[in-house]
This record gives sequence, C-alpha cells and structure tokens, in this order.
Amino acid sequence: MQLNFDKVNNILIVSIEGEIDHHTAEEIRTRIEDEFYSLNVKNMIFDFSKVTFMDSSGIGMVIGRYKYVKNFGGKVVVAKVNETFDRIFKISGLYKIIKCYETLDEAVSAISGVIK
Amino acid sequence: MNYENKMKLSFNSDSRNEAFARIAVSAFIMQLDPTLSDISDIKTSVSEAVTNAIIHGYEGKEGIVELFCGYVENTVYIEITDKGKGIENIEKARTPLFTTKIDEERSGMGFTVMETFMDTVTVESEKGVGTKVTMTKKIDKTSSL
Repeated sequence: MQLNFDKVNNILIVSIEGEIDHHTAEEIRTRIEDEFYSLNVKNMIFDFSKVTFMDSSGIGMVIGRYKYVKNFGGKVVVAKVNETFDRIFKISGLYKIIKCYETLDEAVSAISGVIK
Repeated sequence: MNYENKMKLSFNSDSRNEAFARIAVSAFIMQLDPTLSDISDIKTSVSEAVTNAIIHGYEGKEGIVELFCGYVENTVYIEITDKGKGIENIEKARTPLFTTKIDEERSGMGFTVMETFMDTVTVESEKGVGTKVTMTKKIDKTSSL
C-alpha cells in the first residue's frame, strides 16, 4: 500500500495505491492525519482510482476522516470509485454524508464552490 | 459433502494474514474459471470473515484461524473458524452498522458485505468456544459468458 498526497488550494488529495483492509487502514489514517495537519489544509478528496482491494474497513476509514475533517469545518468527498467499491459504499449508506465524483476536477470544483 | 476439490489452511490471527487468506482463496477458485466480479466478491467476503475472527474472536490476541474452501460443480463453499470468545448475540452482530468497536473505526458492515456478495452466509457461535462462518456462492464461469 502506498499513499500519494497532493495539495490544491486548501484541499488535500489523497490517492491510495493498493489494498485497504483492517491491516492497512491504521497506517492510512495516521499518515493522512499527519499530512492534513502539516499542510494546513481544510478539505479532503479521496482518489480511489488506484485502490486494488477494499473491504468494509474502507468505510470506517473514510467515515473516520470525515469526522476528523469536520472538526476543522472542512469537507470530505470521494472520487473515481469503481463499481465494486461503489457497491460497498452504497450498502453502508456512506453517500448520505459523503459525495462521490467521477473526476478529481469535479471533486475540486465542488469543494471550491462550497468554500466560496 | 463430496467436494470436487478442497483445501484447508491454518494461520495465526495476525492482521497481515487477512490479505494472505483472501489471495489464497482467490488462487484456489481460479480452477473454476470465475469472472473478475465473482473473484472480487469472494475475496471481499473472506477478508471480512477473517478480520472478524482476528479482531472480535481473538481480540488481537494470538490464536489460530482456520480456513476451508471447497467446491462442487460451480458452487464454492468457504468456512472460516476461530476458537475465540464467540458471539453473544448473532442476530445483533449481523445487523448493519452494529459494531462493538466504534473507537477502532469499525463500520459494523462486515456481515452485511458478506450477505451482499455471497449467496448464503451462516454463523454458528458459542460463547467462550468460538465462531464458524460458512458462506457459499454459485459462480459464473468466464468461458460460459
């Protein structure tokens, strides 16, 4: 599992490359929060295009970051979610609180629109 | 049951083995020429059951998780067994969003994911004795599509 970070305005874009399960989720959440804090950003986008496996640990991980970012008054969205992960997010009701976008550009504009 | 082919694995309740277990099952069922979607559904369900055994059955302590996988014609049978603490109330445990480990960011969706991705999911558990999760799924052969 590899994590890549990018900063656009006050948005942290998190790209997870590899597998999200109970074993990797702990490292993912710690590293994301370290990066979020040190880059002094407000919002977060999860880019799922390079995720090769995810079980329900991914739901807990994303909702956990949603709660974390919410404490700073920011937003969390997900982008480029494939069909399998989309099913997992749908059955969990995750989309009731976190929006999903097809591209990163759409996700960035949506969050930027919210900030203005 | 007379399986056409079967395999059994025992491994430590170490979270690194969640990936090992799902990859081992997916490698075994390749003999059936399954679709990518079926492989993905089965891998996810195995990961959920093994994770449950590790974090709820053994609660992070050392123990042995047993994994059985067999098939007859196009139906895959999977059993994941632990000798951990057992589930007090199975019905409650299977309820979507129910979790006993909210601080650890567990979503409480494990059984719901298994039920969504597999055809049948049976849970047998006894307090202080352990838990056995049995799952089945009829798969589509890639060659018949």
